[in-house]
Amino acid sequence: MTRISKASPASASMAVGQTRPRLAQAVDILADGERWWRLLVWLILVAGAVVMALPFVWLVSSSLKLENDIFVFPPEWIPNPVRFQNYVDALTYKPFGRYIANTLLIVLLNEIAILWSASFCAYGFARLRFPGRDFWFSLLLATMMVPYFVLMVPQFVIFTRLNWIDTFLPLTVPFFFGGGAFNIFLLRQFFRSLPEELADAARIDGCNEFLIYGRIMLPLAKPALATVAIFTFLNGWNDFIGPLLYLNSPEKFTVAIGLATFRSVMRTRWDLLMAASTAMIVPVVLLFFFAQRYFIQGIVLTGLKG
Amino acid sequence: MTAITHWIHRLSPQTLAGRRTLVGYIFISPFILGFLLWFLLPAVTALWLAVNDWNLIRPPRFVGADNFLKMGTDRLFWQSLKVTTVFSIISVPVGLVLSFLLALLMNTKVRGIAFFRTVYYLPSIVPAVASAVLWAWILNTEFGLLNVLLQALGLPKVPWLQDPEWALPALILMSLWGLGGSMIIYLAGLQGIPETYYEAARIDGAGRWAQLRHITIPLMSPIIFFNLIMGIIGSFQIFTAGYLVTNGGPQNATLFYVLYLYRNGFEYLDMGYAAALAWILFFIILALTLFVFKYVGRMVHYEISP
Repeated sequence: MTRISKASPASASMAVGQTRPRLAQAVDILADGERWWRLLVWLILVAGAVVMALPFVWLVSSSLKLENDIFVFPPEWIPNPVRFQNYVDALTYKPFGRYIANTLLIVLLNEIAILWSASFCAYGFARLRFPGRDFWFSLLLATMMVPYFVLMVPQFVIFTRLNWIDTFLPLTVPFFFGGGAFNIFLLRQFFRSLPEELADAARIDGCNEFLIYGRIMLPLAKPALATVAIFTFLNGWNDFIGPLLYLNSPEKFTVAIGLATFRSVMRTRWDLLMAASTAMIVPVVLLFFFAQRYFIQGIVLTGLKG
Repeated sequence: MTAITHWIHRLSPQTLAGRRTLVGYIFISPFILGFLLWFLLPAVTALWLAVNDWNLIRPPRFVGADNFLKMGTDRLFWQSLKVTTVFSIISVPVGLVLSFLLALLMNTKVRGIAFFRTVYYLPSIVPAVASAVLWAWILNTEFGLLNVLLQALGLPKVPWLQDPEWALPALILMSLWGLGGSMIIYLAGLQGIPETYYEAARIDGAGRWAQLRHITIPLMSPIIFFNLIMGIIGSFQIFTAGYLVTNGGPQNATLFYVLYLYRNGFEYLDMGYAAALAWILFFIILALTLFVFKYVGRMVHYEISP
């Protein structure tokens, strides 16, 4: 890295005493170049945005077409006629209402588990000093590096032994034990940024650590908890491999498994498949629009900024 | 709450330090239990499984290193390794460069940044199952969006999912649709670089390229490094796309490693071989991570935060 010399005030006032026209010319050329550059950047971004958005347009457009209009070449971008009935047909062909209820139940249990468990552990790692703390924390960081698929087989064997197959237990119970290394890490980062004085004042007033955690730290951690809650919802709603391994009976299916089986039944009914996919994507998109702030905060909290 | 605290006072060691240690361990106990139950126990189980031949039904039979020796002559094992490696070697660097460039362009204070950010980011949070169903339709040879666009440009239709030559590139393309996740991380990092650095450099006569080369890239290198590691780990764990869009075909052209692992464990019920494959996956990822840390990590520029 080259050293950047500090700009001296003298160099900023270079223009003084120089002939005006030449400088003005230079400024014009610079400003002109800047303008063209801006336009070019903007055009590239627009082109990229069109590429990124086209699949969505295709998805929604296909989901509103008649079955026969799907197989027209070249395709019509605006469905004519528009058929909203596709959504009713797709979501009632399989009991998607049931799948949504199952998914929401799993997600709700995970929210309770993670928000309590991860914040509780994070407080211990962030605000308390005791022998062995750093050892356990480095262990936590190490587990973050181990991919889920490495432990998929032995975990399945363990859950089989526990007779938990075809229940929601493998998809929920583990989260009560720490709530995932990443969530603990994220909340610990947040707790560490809070001033120690608050806790000290409370200690002098005779509060113990559990009260400080519950009455002072948790309320202050609301923004961080919101971030964790949102990513928990996303992970639960999007999870495919977990339900695929552990749920067998159709009445226990989640939305993800429901859509995957719907796909294997409806080989070429792209209109209905797109309607069902749109229905699964819409909640995620809405969540992003209403909670953008917390998505960005998740990145900031993990210390990846600057 | 008071009952718990009373109980702690009764049981705690008489010294203040001892009490602190106890409280600390109570706080991190959910994580410790979770680590033992859902990490250490599966890891030990995986060791045991890997040296046994077991299909969940018959009693397990000790076979020593047979599961590992079998890989040497297992054509599909090598095929899955090849497929995953090719996928990783192409999708990780391309995704990294593209998402970094997009973040750079977006950081030039163009108009409508909020809109661009949303359009580029949204695909990355689309549920994997919905994404797979959508892309199966986009990649349809006769009526799919991609071939519609190719035709519009006067190019021939490509049999994306039927031709072993094209199936993997198709899934790489699909994975690039989700590059918004790392792009948003880069963007957050770029916005954290103080503008004064660039002003100073400009006064010293640094052009756009020099600013990028000597300020932006060095300051962003920890984030680039983080995304590289995560990208490599993630690329070796691709499963849903291969499982739902192509199911490993045609002619095993998209038989990803984790898909092959899944088939051995949950379709052929060969738990021992699946566990052995999982160990190999773990060591591959570990080796890659260490390699990247050793050779790329040296280039990372860390600066002491002000």
